[in-house]
Amino acid sequence: MSDITQSGPVLAADGTPLKRSLSRALRMQKLRALMLIAPLLLFILVTFILPVGDMLFRSVENGIVRDTLPRTVEALADWDPASGELPEEAVFAAMAADLQIAAEEKTHTKVAKRLNYENPGVSSVFRKSGRKVSKWDLATDGPFREKLIDIDKGWGDIELWRTIKTYSGQITSGYFLNAVDMQLGAEGPEIRPENERIYNTMLIRTMRMSLIITFSCILLGYPVAWILANLPARKANLLLILVLLPFWTSLLVRTSAWKILLQQQGVINDTLVWIGLVDDANRLVLINNELGTIIAMTHILLPFMILPMYSVMQTINPSYLRAAKSLGATDWTAFWRVYFPQTVPGIGAGSILVFILAVGYYITPALVGGTKGTFISNLIAYHISTSGNWGLGAALGAILLAVVLLLYWVYDKVVGIDNVKLG
Amino acid sequence: MKLSKLSALAMTTALCAPSAFAEEMANELTLVSWGGAYQASQHKAYVEPYLAANPDVKVVWDESSAEAVAKIRAMNEAGNVTWDLVDVVASDAMRLCDEGLAEELDHDEVLAEAPDGTPASEDFGDLIVSDCFVPQIVYSTTFGYRTDLIDQPDSVCAIFDTEKYPGKRSLQKRPIDNMEWALYCDGVAKEEIYDVLGTDEGVEQALAKLDTIKDQVVWWTAGAETPQLLADGEVVMGSTFNGRLFSAIAEQGQPIGMLWDMQSFDLDGWVVPAGLPADRKARVMDFLKFATDTQRLADQAAYISYGPARASSAPLVGKHAELGIEMAPHMPTDPANAGNVHVYDYEWWADNRDDLDAKFQAWLAK
Repeated sequence: MSDITQSGPVLAADGTPLKRSLSRALRMQKLRALMLIAPLLLFILVTFILPVGDMLFRSVENGIVRDTLPRTVEALADWDPASGELPEEAVFAAMAADLQIAAEEKTHTKVAKRLNYENPGVSSVFRKSGRKVSKWDLATDGPFREKLIDIDKGWGDIELWRTIKTYSGQITSGYFLNAVDMQLGAEGPEIRPENERIYNTMLIRTMRMSLIITFSCILLGYPVAWILANLPARKANLLLILVLLPFWTSLLVRTSAWKILLQQQGVINDTLVWIGLVDDANRLVLINNELGTIIAMTHILLPFMILPMYSVMQTINPSYLRAAKSLGATDWTAFWRVYFPQTVPGIGAGSILVFILAVGYYITPALVGGTKGTFISNLIAYHISTSGNWGLGAALGAILLAVVLLLYWVYDKVVGIDNVKLG
Repeated sequence: MKLSKLSALAMTTALCAPSAFAEEMANELTLVSWGGAYQASQHKAYVEPYLAANPDVKVVWDESSAEAVAKIRAMNEAGNVTWDLVDVVASDAMRLCDEGLAEELDHDEVLAEAPDGTPASEDFGDLIVSDCFVPQIVYSTTFGYRTDLIDQPDSVCAIFDTEKYPGKRSLQKRPIDNMEWALYCDGVAKEEIYDVLGTDEGVEQALAKLDTIKDQVVWWTAGAETPQLLADGEVVMGSTFNGRLFSAIAEQGQPIGMLWDMQSFDLDGWVVPAGLPADRKARVMDFLKFATDTQRLADQAAYISYGPARASSAPLVGKHAELGIEMAPHMPTDPANAGNVHVYDYEWWADNRDDLDAKFQAWLAK
């Protein structure tokens, strides 16, 4: 009776509230656990999260215009591009002053490169002017409007000034807009002309083909995993080595092997022509298109599907199937109603692995995909290593990351992430 | 007595100073190039004789030229430039120079004169397309064709003539050169190509012309692909670098012919990354002066069929080091081959590349 009437918190033996003393004890434990994982946490933070974060930040970072042309940006604040008139002399004088400093520090070409992404041709206007402007005396050589236009008539183009004004902020949405086939026009964001649209097409194609590859892997991998799981251990291990063998072969070698097999003068076509199934003049086009990418990537990603399915199937007790059959189920019913549902966690794990790997693939599509079978990662790689437009590459990467996370969330809602087993 | 000793000491110190400076050169040199036969030719023509004269130096090759711009930029941002001298194509050199990632050079000061005393800037002439760039070779992107599968083409426009020359063609997966060839074969005069390409209609026209053969084209990204595709019979003609074709024809004896028409001239050369420490820079400059002198550039032509960038090297070009054939007739600069060439406009492409790339990629994906 007495403990019912007692009010206030439950106390520990030493008189402190139980809740507090418990949490103190637990805190020590948590801290110790944290200390244990600290090296790994720090390692991941320093070598993975920070660099990726830094790279993603480039997709909006735009300080270069304001830092290199501070006076011009300030002077342009009052100018209205819609007026249809060139900015006044003060802006040109500010530009001359900015250019002089920038040319000395050799940053005028950097800012030109940034602006050239938005307005082709700006690059050479800046490059041509930099050296000449540095010889001017700012105090006496004005007015600069005619002098600048004299060097390059590009300075007389309103579009150039509009571009500078539009992209003068610290942060820009330009890269992200470009990554979804849009641009900042005179009246805010607008869709790019049709002959420049590409990224949405590529993103959709990447998703669609990755799904096809994932399903092909399920179809091909399921029977293999089933055989592996139902063979005696010794034979299963031998077959498992065959599944793992591709892991020990270089990705480039495997992809090149597909080239030899699939090309029009390749092994498969030669055989078909020799048998007489295919006419010599109409050899099958199996490579440098979507089909080539799907075939090669399905082969390369197949182990990632088979292994989780195999480890899940191994744990399924065969007596369940026997029980189903003894209760009158047909082979198909026993499989579909009893066996298959138990393998879903394996299929789920394999599908997530294969899909996420496929979405980011770029070497194989580049080699066997031609023009119709390349992925968005090929464009990201192109912008990072060839065109040098890291901002656009980062924006595309960020979008790809967001789409994958979104799909992961949808997957969690539909299938449930608890329902995934890697073994 | 004491005084004279002191002054003698001062004298020796003064005399030693220049040599002490010379000793402050780093003994490691990291060179970046393209790998393959081209890098081998550089190694034999420049590096081996340099090492013979400077036995203490160690040279490391890095085959990263294809990603040089991105990597130098990353190194520069990280503040740790590990490369000393980088081989890039001219357009990349311009880009690196624009971004302040490559050192600007006074060519007459840092490079050797021609044997007759002509200053380097005159000897290289117009090929110095950027202040940061030291040209080594002139190469060209030209066409090879299967001699046994199609008739001998006499014009670059054969790539658009699928009736007379049936079969697939390989083209480089970029707008540069392809757009110019398309316009040229669509009747645009050579001098007007860039004016036309500068307009939206011109771009449309070029893409429309390319559209006529789009389903017959295999697009390549690495220079080795076209010779392989030709050898396999996958394509009947294709564009690639002339040195690659030379090696397929002369060294491997493939049934491939070379078409010298409207081939696109391009340059390859060295840039020095910006921000090298003084000792490494001293070593780089010493090597650079040696490796780009008249004799060294002429020697390189004995290993690969690219034309030396110095005018004074041309008369010294001899025979192939192993095959013993005269190299001069295989050079893109040889008068017999240079009858109708296409000179690629660096400035124009530097301005318009991003824009045309977007349009070209969109067209490819359609």
